[in-house]
Amino acid sequence: MKLENKVPPGNLDEKWTKYKSTMNLVAPNNKRRIEVIVVGTGLAGASAAATLGELGYKVKAFTFHDSPRRAHSIAAQGGINAAKNYQNDGDSIYRLFYDTIKGGDYRSREANVHRLAEASTEIIDHCVAQGVPFAREYGGLLANRSFGGVQVSRTFYARGQTGQQLLIGAYQGLSRQIAKGTVTMYNRHEMLDLVKVDGKARGIIARNLLTGELERHAAHCVILATGGYGNVYYLSTNAMGSNVTAAWRAVKRGALMANPCMCQIHPTCIPVSGDYQSKLTLMSESLRNDGRVWVPKTVEDAKAIQEGRKTGLDIAEEDRDYYLERRYPAFGNLVPRDVASRAAKVACDEGKGVSKSGLAVYLDFSSAIQRYGQQEANSLGIQANAAKITELGTAVIEKKYGNLFQMYEKITGENPYVMSMKIYPAIHYVMGGLWVDYNLETNVPGLFALGEANFSDHGANRLGASALMQGLADGYFVIPYTIGQFLSGEIRTPEISNETAEFMAAEKETKERLEGLMNIKGNQSVESFHRRLGKIIWEYCGMSRNAEGLKKARQLVRELKAEFYKDVFIPGTIDEFNPELEKAVRVADFMELGELMTLDALERNESCGGHFREEFTTEEGEAKRDDDGYAFVSAWEWDDDNPTLHKEELVFENVELKTRSYK
Amino acid sequence: MKLTLKIWREGGMYASGKLETYKVEADEHMSFLEMLDVLNQQLIEEKKDPVAFDHDCREGICGSCSMVINGQPHGPQKGTTACQLHMRSYKNGDTITIEPFRAKSFPVIKDLVVDRSAFDRIIQAGGYVSVNTGQAPDGNAIPIEGDTAGKAFDAATCIGCGACVAACPNGSAMLFTSAKVAHLGLLPQGKVEHEARSQKMVAQMDKEGFGMCSNVGACEAECPKEISLENIARLNRSYIASVFSSE
Repeated sequence: MKLENKVPPGNLDEKWTKYKSTMNLVAPNNKRRIEVIVVGTGLAGASAAATLGELGYKVKAFTFHDSPRRAHSIAAQGGINAAKNYQNDGDSIYRLFYDTIKGGDYRSREANVHRLAEASTEIIDHCVAQGVPFAREYGGLLANRSFGGVQVSRTFYARGQTGQQLLIGAYQGLSRQIAKGTVTMYNRHEMLDLVKVDGKARGIIARNLLTGELERHAAHCVILATGGYGNVYYLSTNAMGSNVTAAWRAVKRGALMANPCMCQIHPTCIPVSGDYQSKLTLMSESLRNDGRVWVPKTVEDAKAIQEGRKTGLDIAEEDRDYYLERRYPAFGNLVPRDVASRAAKVACDEGKGVSKSGLAVYLDFSSAIQRYGQQEANSLGIQANAAKITELGTAVIEKKYGNLFQMYEKITGENPYVMSMKIYPAIHYVMGGLWVDYNLETNVPGLFALGEANFSDHGANRLGASALMQGLADGYFVIPYTIGQFLSGEIRTPEISNETAEFMAAEKETKERLEGLMNIKGNQSVESFHRRLGKIIWEYCGMSRNAEGLKKARQLVRELKAEFYKDVFIPGTIDEFNPELEKAVRVADFMELGELMTLDALERNESCGGHFREEFTTEEGEAKRDDDGYAFVSAWEWDDDNPTLHKEELVFENVELKTRSYK
Repeated sequence: MKLTLKIWREGGMYASGKLETYKVEADEHMSFLEMLDVLNQQLIEEKKDPVAFDHDCREGICGSCSMVINGQPHGPQKGTTACQLHMRSYKNGDTITIEPFRAKSFPVIKDLVVDRSAFDRIIQAGGYVSVNTGQAPDGNAIPIEGDTAGKAFDAATCIGCGACVAACPNGSAMLFTSAKVAHLGLLPQGKVEHEARSQKMVAQMDKEGFGMCSNVGACEAECPKEISLENIARLNRSYIASVFSSE
């Protein structure tokens, strides 16, 4: 299969503008009768559905939540990047593009990333106009902060709730279209299959989660904005319901899954506390602006902390190893996520972890409290003693990160203003996703993928504050244009019937699949299988991987899948509200995806970004990329026994491939 | 710790709804919902019907949780959703009663799961700024004074969980509605439609069957995001003003 990325010709900085001005349009009278299905109503889905509704298309939007406002985009804390250069610190569209390409370890497509950087500035304008309450300076202008992997201040934020505020903005825009009738909203509906007619995506089979009824929904095209699959690891910072099912069903219908092994491990999460743990909580990367990461210099001190004989407060300044500052002096605590995560693993593997399990490092704010305290005292013009400085500094930290500190205290029961926070890496985001071309269209004509559900912009590692940017760029500013390339060819296509043989067959298959799961009537809960799957993937396809482990993992996953289909127990019936059945369908799909991840990781004989293969490292233990052998996107065609790998070569015409150094 | 749970079961085999008693063993580091996970695992192993409850992010931000714990929406800890409540707030031998958010406008779907789509319809009635994608001026075109931006933000932190309605003896949605009216009305971008928005959202709120506000203040006390009653006062003022100034 030849993968055509459809990147338009021309200079990098003119491609999008020219393409936009010359692409095919759909006239308003045709838009009114063309139907578009949008699955998922997070940042990408809600912004796409709202904008397509504004343009006049007939949109049907689906979410498995009880309201579009619950999508997991809401939990993003830190911020959203935009090349506004409001700080006059040398930022530009090119620099944002370059940082993102470099941050992604040169495994993303130049033209897509440049377009993302171009759209970034419009996003901020639009969100401000919607009433998103971004943080502001004293003069009333928008404030910025820094994020990992960059040396300019371009991150816009709304306290530690940026995702919430952006999602509510998109939700309100969507609500406005629902009220106007341009968008029909289907809450508590989950997509369980994609329907193709004559090779084109023409609809979905959705289950009404309240009644269990299967519904056939037809449209001229289908957009998936269904988020990422981080929950394949069971423990992740994703919401409990986040899943791969919609995307995986598309894969089962012929869509390609790109770079499935590229998962982002976020360095600053609250460590696991016990076997009952259901999810992990992120502490925003923005904390690394002011927090310093450290472990004790000696294993003896670490051991004393692990055994509860000492706390971090007992370790003198000179006995602390601020290892990020030591190893990466140029970026220090603000190295990108993959680098920071691996460094934490190295420290813990050396026995220097600082929790009972030995799987935690400290994130400390005492220097920042002192620094800010002194600044405040100076600006107030007072001679402050040590206690006063600490008080003033604590107040500044509280203003910047109050809600995060509060959340930390609620979860752990420890006061982070006094004790260093304990953090450990956790799965947070996936760069991999459905393969899409420049139009965000998959290899299945008429099937589009937006946001985290596609693979397109972050390569092997995503920089902080870029997920919100991509979700909104795709939904507000890319798909409303590029969808016209497909739909302009469909203006003569009449309304798609949902009663054709293809729809009936897909509905029947879905029904049989659900009945098959219900009828296993085994003895183990869905959750117990999910936990076991997560452990396998985390162990062998997590922060560091090797060929032997990956081969073993594939075998283990296949065995687990066989056991699942023999022994899972799902209470209740099909024809009712049944959360356990919902989970079972999702876990079944995670099993196959998990297997594909191990294959992809095994195939990629290099280390890049979040994909770290122990066999491919530099002498200093850093990731060693192989640009001659692996500068391509892996796009997998699924098959139960032998998935096929297709490759899209990545062509770099504008940036020089360099070893990513943050030293 | 060993706990006794009394949980509201409704739907399925519990046609009319009743409190059912369960025993569960929990760890102090568990979240409240993880404690319910343990119970459900137990029920599934016994091939019984697990307790249905809405939940998703488990970080206190999506607004999915909708349970009343010992009479309080989201439980005893101030400014905390049920998912962020941890079992260290309880001790061995405690009995905990768990019920769904109760209000005429939030019908029970199953057990602790309720239908809060009325909130979506209140937002659809006018809880937005009418701006299409692509129409916006530069983000810094209108400076916004810090205090105003802060107040708008405080109102905007609402997670739409419905605890305010569940806490209110009248089942009023005034805190929810007023928070959205305040968030948008305080900002210059939302001011243009402020009066019309106030009227439309209040009308929808009434249509959904939410009760009247009689200044009890339970909504503010139980709100996991500590949204202020001031928003209600603000809405009352702007609503009355808009009624008199309308043509």
